[in-house]
Amino acid sequence: MLALSACTVHPASILHPQGAAARMEYQLFDFSLVVMTGVFLSVVIPLTYVIVRYRKRSADQPLPRQVEGSHRLEILWTVVPVILVIALAVPTVGDAFRLAAPAGPNALQITVIGHQWWWEFRYPGLGIVTADEMHLPAGQRVELTLQSADVLHSFWVPSLGGKEDTVPGQTNTMWLEADRPGTYPGQCAEFCGLSHSLMRFYVVAQTPSAFHTWAHGMRHPATTPRTPLATQGLAVFNQFGCGGCHTIDGTPAQGKVGPNLTGLGNRSVIVAGALQNNAADLTQWIHDPTAIIPGTVMPAFSGLSPQQMTALTAYLEGLK
Amino acid sequence: MQTTPEGIAAVPSRSLRPAGIWSWLTTVDHKRIGILYLVTAMIFFLFGGTEAFIMRLQLMRPDNHVVTEALFDQLFTMHGVTMIFLAIMPLQIGYMNYIVPLQIGARDVAFPRLNAAGFWLFLAGGIVLNSSWLLGGAPNAGWYNYAPINLGGVLNPGPDVHGIDFYILGIQLAGLGTLLGGINFLATIINLRAPGMTPMRMPLFVWTSLITSVLILFAFPPLTANLGLLMFDRLFHTGFFNVAKGGNVLLWQQLFWIFGHPEVYIMILPAFGMISEIVPTFSGKPLFGYSSMVFATIVIAFMAFMVWSHHMFTVGMGPLINSIFAATSMAIAVPTGVKIFNWIATMAGGRIRFTTTMLFVVGFLVSFVIGGMSGVILAAAPADYQLNGSYFLVAHIHYVLIGGSLFAILAGTHYWFPKITGRMLSERRGRWSFWLVIIGFNATFFPMHFLGLYGMPRRVATYPPNLGLNTLNMLETLGVFVLTAGLLILLFNLRTSLLRGAPAGADPWEDGRTLEWAIPSPVPEYNFARVPLVRGRDALWTEKMYGDGRMLPADPDPAFHDGSIHLPSSTWLPLIPAITLTATVYAAVYRVWPLAVLGILCAFCGVFRLMYDPDPGHWVTPD
Repeated sequence: MLALSACTVHPASILHPQGAAARMEYQLFDFSLVVMTGVFLSVVIPLTYVIVRYRKRSADQPLPRQVEGSHRLEILWTVVPVILVIALAVPTVGDAFRLAAPAGPNALQITVIGHQWWWEFRYPGLGIVTADEMHLPAGQRVELTLQSADVLHSFWVPSLGGKEDTVPGQTNTMWLEADRPGTYPGQCAEFCGLSHSLMRFYVVAQTPSAFHTWAHGMRHPATTPRTPLATQGLAVFNQFGCGGCHTIDGTPAQGKVGPNLTGLGNRSVIVAGALQNNAADLTQWIHDPTAIIPGTVMPAFSGLSPQQMTALTAYLEGLK
Repeated sequence: MQTTPEGIAAVPSRSLRPAGIWSWLTTVDHKRIGILYLVTAMIFFLFGGTEAFIMRLQLMRPDNHVVTEALFDQLFTMHGVTMIFLAIMPLQIGYMNYIVPLQIGARDVAFPRLNAAGFWLFLAGGIVLNSSWLLGGAPNAGWYNYAPINLGGVLNPGPDVHGIDFYILGIQLAGLGTLLGGINFLATIINLRAPGMTPMRMPLFVWTSLITSVLILFAFPPLTANLGLLMFDRLFHTGFFNVAKGGNVLLWQQLFWIFGHPEVYIMILPAFGMISEIVPTFSGKPLFGYSSMVFATIVIAFMAFMVWSHHMFTVGMGPLINSIFAATSMAIAVPTGVKIFNWIATMAGGRIRFTTTMLFVVGFLVSFVIGGMSGVILAAAPADYQLNGSYFLVAHIHYVLIGGSLFAILAGTHYWFPKITGRMLSERRGRWSFWLVIIGFNATFFPMHFLGLYGMPRRVATYPPNLGLNTLNMLETLGVFVLTAGLLILLFNLRTSLLRGAPAGADPWEDGRTLEWAIPSPVPEYNFARVPLVRGRDALWTEKMYGDGRMLPADPDPAFHDGSIHLPSSTWLPLIPAITLTATVYAAVYRVWPLAVLGILCAFCGVFRLMYDPDPGHWVTPD
C-alpha cells in the first residue's frame, strides 16, 4: 500500500522487502494497514458528517432530542471490531510461527554477537570470524544465533527482516534470506549506550560462487607480511601490543576484546561502517578512536610516527 | 470532625481565604492542591519540551553536532521521564483533584492531608530528577532504563556517575506521591458522593478517575519493587540484573512493563473521561451509551494488565507467547473503539458549538484514532519485529500521548479554566493556538511513521545522510517550531485571561450538566454551601430538565451547622514526608548512610505525627 519510492532512495526501507522474512512481515504490515485505513475512514467520514451537519446554526436552536443510546448501534460497533481483530490475529499468529520455524538442517549457521558498538559475525562451520560485514549466499536461508558480549543490542537489517535482540545470558535465533546479491544496511535497534547511533553494519549477499570465493579467502588469509613496509608494520603491531585485544589467525595475536582482524583487507568498511577500509581512514581511527566512536575501549595510538603508521596500515591492509 | 454546637463556638470562623506562599505550602484544600499539580506539571512540561526541542535541532540534519551523543542520551531519557511522570500524569491528577470532588458533590477529598503529602512527594521527585542535570549528569539509559546498561560502570560509559541513582530515587518519590493520590481518590469516590449519586449516576470523568486510581494501586507496586531491586544492585552490589552474578536482564523488562503498560492507560483514561464530559456539554445531549462507556473503561483497565509483553516481542519469548500477547493487545482496540463511536454518536443529532474546547476534542478524536491504528499494527507481532524500536513506534507513542492525552487535557483546560479562575479564555487566541498546535503536531510526528518504515531506529543521536531520511527529519524540526508557537500562544492566553479575561458565571457554557457548574466560579473554599441532592445522571441537567435549574439541598448535611460549614485546617505537617525523604534520597545518592538512616527515621516519626495530630478544623460561613 505504501510502496511508493524506489529502494535506491531508501536502502533500509521495510517497504521494499528483499528477502522472505521481510516480505512476510511487510505483507502483514500492509494487510493491517489496509484494515486500519478502513477503520480510520469509518471513524472520520461519520465524524466529518456529524461536524458539518450538526453544527449549531442559530442562537435559538431548540434543544436536541435527548438520546441516551442505542443497543443496536452499540452492538454493531462492538461486533464489527471483534471480527476485524480476529481477521488480523489469524495471519499474525501464523506468521509468528513461520518466522520462528527452524531454517533447516542445511542452512548456513552464523553466530551474531553484539558488542558496544560493533557487530561480530562467526561462521562456526567455516571457521571464519569477522566484523562489520556479514556475508551470506543469496537465495538461501541462513540461521542466525544471536548473543551479546555486554548489554542489550538488537540486530536489524530492515530490507531483509525484522529485528531480534541480543540478550546477555541468553541465546536467540532467527533466520534471514536475501533474494538477490546486494549490500543491505543494518543497524543496532536497541539503545546500547553512548555510541548506539553508530553501531551499524552491512549484510553483503553474494552469488553462491562469490560467497565461496570470499569464504575461501577468509579461511586462507595472508598472515605474514609480503612487503618490507608490511614487515615493519608487523613490528609496530607487536611493539604497541595490538595483539592484546585483536586476533589475527596464524599469528601470536590472540586478543579477544576488539574485532578479529584476520582477513581485514577483504572488508570494505571498518569501525561499524563508520569508516572505509583504506589506509587514510585506518590511520584516522588508530590515531584517535574516540573522535569516531565516543566511548570506545580502543585506546588512541597518537604516539605513532607517520612512518610507523604507514607501515602498520600497510600490514593490516595486506591481510587478505 | 467536631460537629457539636460547642465545637462551633470553640473555633473562630474564617471565611476569607488566606493568601501568600505559606498558605499554599500548608493547604489541604483539594482545589489548591489541584492548582499546584497543574502549575507544577506545566513547568515540568516546559522542561520536557525544551529537551525535545534540542533533540529536534540535533536531528534536523544528518551527521549533525548540535549536542554530543552523551548529552543526547540524557535529553531523550529526561524528556520521556519528565513528560510521563512529571507532566502528563500530574496534569491528569491535577484535574482529578480539582474536579472530582466537585462532580460528586463533596467539600473535600477523603484524606486532605494525605492528598497534600502526595503532591509534595511528587514535587520532590521532580526536583530530585531534574537536579541531576546540575549534579554530574542526568540519567542516560532511556525512560524505561533497561538492564544491564542501567547498572552503570563499564557498561555505561559517559556521564553516568549518579544519573541513574537520581532516576531510581526520584521516580520512587514521585511514584509514592502518585500512589498516595490514587488511594485518596479511591476512598473519596467510594465514600464521599453526595446523597443520590449512585455509581451509575457518576459522571464519566469520575468513573475514569476511579478506574485510573485502581490502575495506580496495582501498577505502581511492581515499579517500586523493580526500582528497589535496581537500587540494591547499584548501591549494594546485589545481582538481580547482573548476568555475571546469576541475574537476569529481562527481569527488569518484565517488571517494568507490568507497570509500564497500565501506566499508558493511567495517562489516557482520565483523558477519555474529560472527552466524555465535554462532548455532551457542547452537543446539548447526554453521553451516548453511558453504561457501555463505563463498562468499556473497566474492560480496558482489566486488559491493561494482560498485554505488557507486547513491548518485548523481539527479546526472544517465542512464537506462542508473542501470539498470545499480540491477540490480547489487539483486543483492547474493541472497547476503545466503542468509546470513539459513542462520542461521535453523542455529537450526532446535537447542536454542536465549536469553541476551542470542542476543536481540541475533534483534534483528539482524529489523532487518537491514528495512534490507535498504529498501535494495532504494532500489536501484530511479526510486523512489530520490523517496527519495534523504530521511529514508527516514536510516532505511535506521540500520537497517543500528545494527540490522545495532551489534546484531551488541553480541551479540559479550556473547558474548566472558567470554573477554576472565574474568567473566560480568549476564543480568538484559543483558535490560533489550536490550529498552530494541530498543524505543528502533525508536521512533527506524522513523518516519523515513514522514518521508521525507512529504517531509522529510535534513540539515535544522528543518522547517515544516505538512507533517505534527511527531508523528513528537516520537516519534523520545522513542525516543532510551529507546535512551539501554538503552545506559547496557549500559555500567553492562559496568562492574559487569568488577569483580564471576561468574568465567568457559574455555568459559563450554559449547557453544563454536572455538579461543578452548579456552584460559583471560581469555586468557594467550601465548594457547596449545601450538599446537593442528586436526582439523576447529569445531576445539574436533571434539575434543568425537571426542576428549576438549581440543586436541591440534601438533608442531613453532617458538616453544616447553623449556617456554617466545617472544613479541615491548613497544616505544614504534609510537607514532612517530602522533606525528610528528599534528604534521604540525596544521602543515598552520595552514599552518606548515617544521614540516609536518619532521614528515614525522621520520615517515620513525621508520618506518625501527621497521623495522630488532631485536626479541630475550622468553620466557614457561606456568602
